[in-house]
Amino acid sequence: MNSLSLGGLLFLLAAGFSLIFGLMRIANLTHGSLFMLGAYVGVTTMRYVPSLAVAALAAGLSVALFGGLLERFILRKISNNVLSQVLVTLGVSFIIADACLLTWGGDPIPIPTPELLQKPVRLAGFIFPAYRLAVVVIAVVVAIGLYLLMDRTRLGAMIRAGVDDPEMARAAGIPVSRLFTTVFCLGAALAGAGGVIAGPINSAYPGLDADMLPLALIVVILGGVGSLLGAFVGAFITGFVYTFGVALLPDLAYVILFLPMILVIAFRPRGLFGKFAA
Amino acid sequence: MKTALAVIVAAALLPLIAGEYYVNLASQIVIFAVFAASINLLLGYGGLPTLGHAAYLGVAAYLSALLYLKLHLAHWAIAPLALAGTTLMAGVFGLIALRATGLGFLMLTLALSQVLWGTAYRWVSMTDGDNGLRGLARPAPFGLNLNEAMPFYYFVLAVGVLAVWMMARFVASPFGATLRGTRDQPRRMSALGYDVWLIRWITFVYAGFWGAVSGLLFVYYHKYIHPVSLSLANSAEGLLAVIAGGSGTLAGPLVGAAIVLLLKNWVSAYIERWNMLLGFVFVFIVVFMPEGVVPGVRRLWRRYASRA
Repeated sequence: MNSLSLGGLLFLLAAGFSLIFGLMRIANLTHGSLFMLGAYVGVTTMRYVPSLAVAALAAGLSVALFGGLLERFILRKISNNVLSQVLVTLGVSFIIADACLLTWGGDPIPIPTPELLQKPVRLAGFIFPAYRLAVVVIAVVVAIGLYLLMDRTRLGAMIRAGVDDPEMARAAGIPVSRLFTTVFCLGAALAGAGGVIAGPINSAYPGLDADMLPLALIVVILGGVGSLLGAFVGAFITGFVYTFGVALLPDLAYVILFLPMILVIAFRPRGLFGKFAA
Repeated sequence: MKTALAVIVAAALLPLIAGEYYVNLASQIVIFAVFAASINLLLGYGGLPTLGHAAYLGVAAYLSALLYLKLHLAHWAIAPLALAGTTLMAGVFGLIALRATGLGFLMLTLALSQVLWGTAYRWVSMTDGDNGLRGLARPAPFGLNLNEAMPFYYFVLAVGVLAVWMMARFVASPFGATLRGTRDQPRRMSALGYDVWLIRWITFVYAGFWGAVSGLLFVYYHKYIHPVSLSLANSAEGLLAVIAGGSGTLAGPLVGAAIVLLLKNWVSAYIERWNMLLGFVFVFIVVFMPEGVVPGVRRLWRRYASRA
């Protein structure tokens, strides 16, 4: 169950990362920082409104706004050079990390589990912590929602066209540049809300960004860039491997995390469900 | 060539006029310059953006520290073992990371180094986690005592000059020309019969080796090693030095290393927010000065010279 809930969290993180990478060809290195920023915004929100759902919403919206501004006013300026864009996101991630440290201090701040979900649940003879079950449900619901968005709506069709061939999409009259901002906001919102949802399990602490970013990278490398299904499968594989790694060899869990990634890269460099090599 | 000699002579004369504090700072700059120059081999000449070069610095430093503390080996045995081990690791990492180029390469190098960073933090029985490893000593090659600032500076300077010279030779060699070819026209190079992958892999390993050398100097200087040396921030500082100075030039990383370290030292004396400033400098340089300081100054110089 721990591995499933970690997988669910990783999906929230990696889905946005994967979409941004797929569409804009940018590895958004602020993604871990956005996750952490979301968790901290959640902490502050819950001081005023003690509801996790409200906190997640607030974090999602504010981080989406931040992401949109970042895309519109900085990344757009250097859109001709992908490497520069990645380096800028790296620089911004340092700024966010230090600003969070300055604002919220160096000690971990726990986010309380909602009362409704504190009791363990009995299901098919096993006992599960209710909150972790809820995280999995949220991830699955978000996954279905994203799938419907991508597969059934006009916006989704435009994003898919942009992922497959940005230049043709532009030529066909799709406003690719507005699409970039939309997708960046969407990815940021998922990361920010994910940070709050992870709060009762992880709490908010400095260094959360550096812990989450490599996990997101691994998920996307495993699953393939720009593929929702890839992010979903990759997230649960990674969650599973990491949890078992921690249980079996706690010292080297991080190394074990790499085995599936290395296997995939050796035999299928584009990832399990990727459309093109990263 | 003349400029290079002048710089070396000036660097060698520095301890005659500067106090101990500045001599130590100069040692750090030379160490960091070797690190940045090794990143430049990949980024500047190979067109391979690495975000995980701290891995080689950190692993060489950790290997050296662990061999000293756990196995009590002598320094003359430790140094080659640590270098060989790290270079071997670079060989394996190269096999993985060079399955991709461009951003895929960047993500793979980043992910690989983050794993090492996480392991250094969590494998407490081996690395002592967040406390780092202390109780190390500097070597004494040929009976020279390196514990004072000045002799250590000359030691570092000698190794640094050798390292930069070796990397300059590498770049100027026919192999260096083929490397630049794979950066600019990988498809044509491959059509001409060059093994693009092998050229990149050799460069990757060579850069890993010099990264390891900088790691040894680093651990000798500090006599202490902490997981932060393996962190993304450390890789990013090295990358920033290369970009700030001008990637793909020989002098760029050296100038960039001096700028970054002087700035860091100067800022840390007043405020504690180095990471935030690092972020802002990063954004500023990438957005406004993408070509770096050295090519920028050279362009201005050329304009000035043609007018005169």
